[in-house]
Amino acid sequence: MTLQINRREFLSGTGALVVSVLLPGARNAAAATQASRQDLKPDQLSSYISINQDGSAVGWVGKVDMSQGTEIGWVKIIADELDLHTDRVTMVQGHTEDTVDQGGASGSTGIWRAGLALRNAAAEARLTLVEMAAVKLGVPADQLAVTNGVISVKGTPGKKVSYGELIGGKHFNVQLEWNKKYGNLLLVQGRAKPKTASEYKIVGRPGTRRRDIAPKLYGTAENMVDVKVPGMLHGRMIRPAIAGAVPVAIDESSVKNIPGVKVVWQKGFIGLVAPREWDAVRASRQLKVTWSDVQPPFPDQKEIYNHIRKAKVMKRDNEQNTGDVDAAFASAAKIVEATYEWPFQSHASMAPACGVADVRADQVIVWTGGQKPHHCRDGVALMFGLPEEKVIVHAMVGPGSYGRNDSGDATMDAAVLSKAVGKPVRVQYMRHDGTQWDPKAPASVHTSRAAIDKDGKVTAWHYESKGFSRQEFFRDEGTPERTLAGQLLDWPLKPVWLFGPPSESYKFASRRLASETIAPLLDRASPLRTSHFRDPVGPQVHFGVEVFMDELAVATNTDAVEFRMQYLSHKNDLAVVKTVAEKANWQPHVGARKQRRGDVYVGQGLAYSVRGGTRVAVVAEVEVNRTTGKVWTRRFYVAHDCGQVIAPDLLRQTLEAQIVQTASRALMEEVKFDNKNVTSVDWNTYPIFDIKDVPETIDITLLDHPEQPPYGGGEATVRPLSAAIANAIFDATGVRMRQLPFTAEKVKAGLV
Amino acid sequence: MAKRIELNVNGKAHTVEVEPDMPLLYALRDDLGMKEPRFGCGLAQCGACTVLMNGSPVRSCVTRVDSVGAAKITTLAGIGTPEKPHKVQAAFVEEQVPQCGYCLNGWVMTSVALLDKNPRPSDAQIRDALSGLKCRCGTHMSILRAVKRAAQA
Repeated sequence: MTLQINRREFLSGTGALVVSVLLPGARNAAAATQASRQDLKPDQLSSYISINQDGSAVGWVGKVDMSQGTEIGWVKIIADELDLHTDRVTMVQGHTEDTVDQGGASGSTGIWRAGLALRNAAAEARLTLVEMAAVKLGVPADQLAVTNGVISVKGTPGKKVSYGELIGGKHFNVQLEWNKKYGNLLLVQGRAKPKTASEYKIVGRPGTRRRDIAPKLYGTAENMVDVKVPGMLHGRMIRPAIAGAVPVAIDESSVKNIPGVKVVWQKGFIGLVAPREWDAVRASRQLKVTWSDVQPPFPDQKEIYNHIRKAKVMKRDNEQNTGDVDAAFASAAKIVEATYEWPFQSHASMAPACGVADVRADQVIVWTGGQKPHHCRDGVALMFGLPEEKVIVHAMVGPGSYGRNDSGDATMDAAVLSKAVGKPVRVQYMRHDGTQWDPKAPASVHTSRAAIDKDGKVTAWHYESKGFSRQEFFRDEGTPERTLAGQLLDWPLKPVWLFGPPSESYKFASRRLASETIAPLLDRASPLRTSHFRDPVGPQVHFGVEVFMDELAVATNTDAVEFRMQYLSHKNDLAVVKTVAEKANWQPHVGARKQRRGDVYVGQGLAYSVRGGTRVAVVAEVEVNRTTGKVWTRRFYVAHDCGQVIAPDLLRQTLEAQIVQTASRALMEEVKFDNKNVTSVDWNTYPIFDIKDVPETIDITLLDHPEQPPYGGGEATVRPLSAAIANAIFDATGVRMRQLPFTAEKVKAGLV
Repeated sequence: MAKRIELNVNGKAHTVEVEPDMPLLYALRDDLGMKEPRFGCGLAQCGACTVLMNGSPVRSCVTRVDSVGAAKITTLAGIGTPEKPHKVQAAFVEEQVPQCGYCLNGWVMTSVALLDKNPRPSDAQIRDALSGLKCRCGTHMSILRAVKRAAQA
């Protein structure tokens, strides 16, 4: 049995007024099967902060650090408020018995939302502790100082008491004001005011090391795939060759030579289990299944954008309509119009998902590598008709997750198999399960028009997106029909039609923004079902917006930086653009310069966007091979403003990785399919960046605003990146890339 | 039919009783209980399962367990420990390289083999040697810094 290591054993200490019962998570690994705690309430301080007997602190958070250093962000925030060294703060993340539902990893809200809740809770904990010390030491609270968890009388340092002596090993019994929301929006506040920017000693400074890194390097870290439960069987899933087909007959004799194989067939769902993993793999390849005769569900891939253009609109969102757009177009001296296209993309997580489930009559235990353990709990509970407290979900480190990848499907598959065979089951997806069958980022078409008057001023902008839903089956595994298993078991579908608008501050005299969502190509258990992938629809929408702004700059005979300076209205947006232009040594120019250096064209391109409170401007510098058309994104310059910076060193690293991942999406990634099924099934058929493709340098400037709240850093840079690359390709070659990915073939076709 | 096969892993002799055509990866993980090499694709396309065989990196997901013979297998845990780290491990920790870290076996073991053969590689030689490995989190810039750091150690 393997479990997260950061649970802390607790021993009860002496009582005090504000102290009640034992702390959350006060169990060892074996206790994972015990009944869930009853005292985990969103309006209780003890649900977020507790103090160990040695005076160190534990932060409890219903989110998960997807290994981008968010954990250290939380640690720094708590340590600063509590006046503790960072090495005396540990975090418990995501375990459903120990943490309140704060939405899991979602929307870059780890610091932006949960960080604020923890900050308020830690401030309240410090205030509570100082008040307890005042009683104990017999001096007014304002005469006390706190140093690394020791409260002493100012001027009489010998008169002191430690956090551990005051409350160690016991709960706070302090109520917080809770905004009555669960998930990302949960916020709590006590009487205490958090510190002001000038008082922070830890927040905003580099240097606190991540705790998950060394164990990963020495092979001692516990990963999702390492979970082993006594009596566990190994499961594999069987998927049809033609999407939408369901099994009509299974020849179990086809696997009779493999020991211990059990086939589980329920409606459209087929999986199998075996005591030995390799036997499950072999059996899954060998099992003979007769599938229903279905019409191939997909159009020719070449027709996908025409399909989107013509498809019936399930929902139209008129997102903005200001000024007189029609009049501006009617009186325009010039109209600029262009269309942009974004393909389906796969999470293609580093490994296909793994999940373990132990489903018993009155209790279920699940281990997930996914982002949203509380939603995993809710979905499994609904699947088996159990109250949610009968389902315990352990959050494990998985093979990377940047949205709703295949993890939520694997855990539900494991649960269904476990229920059917009455034993714990570990499902390890094969590569094709992860690439061919994971939820996809939606394909879309974006149409942009602008009216320019006789003075060359942009007087109207009309931008429309049309595509598959950003969350055809919502964004998590919180109900059965949101999972492949639920869909194959005929749970009624509840599609959500949603795309989304741009986020920027261009001050055109009039504007109209709208988005339209279309139905999926196959409504049930589709390998092209769509959901969240890192900054859901943000990169799609802003690819069109920011390439179009580059086109407008050319159309108005304006340098691209100057164009933003003329039209952007938010001062922080102007600041990120100005900063990145300076860093990139931007030379004002209009149109494509087509500069040559030996065998390559070189160029720079700018793009900018806003996500939540975070503002990002990027300059991409590309080299384009004159013969092959191959693009190398040699340098990136980024100016990033996410309000207050908590951990600058870790933020830089997550931005770097985010840029590499997104450049890969821009240059290489497109899910291929034929009329029967997705044909991107592995890394050869869904290629991503190789180390030879990554930039030479990434230059990041953080515009820190310590007086502001912190906003999100995990996704905002995804948003403008593809447009910056496309605009750089244009500057280098004069070839306008309006469709991803920017493959050598496409660029070369434009070069001749 | 299952067959008894002897394996030398991290300097220790082990015997497993497995299907001879089973990949080495499954023997290491399931029969010997090792956590380091990982299943990423089963197709030798990503490197998450990389181990050293007599000092050279191999993809254990496509290496038949009966083809190993007397070769010495080394896993990530076999090259160093927190107390006595390999310089590549130390450099990856120093540069705070991984995000999810699932891919690390490939990058670390291939870097170890590179530096054994070429202790002072150029930037281009590092990229060449590491080509073919995958990292979906996109931590390549940190990886390049870490391998350079290890080469200078």
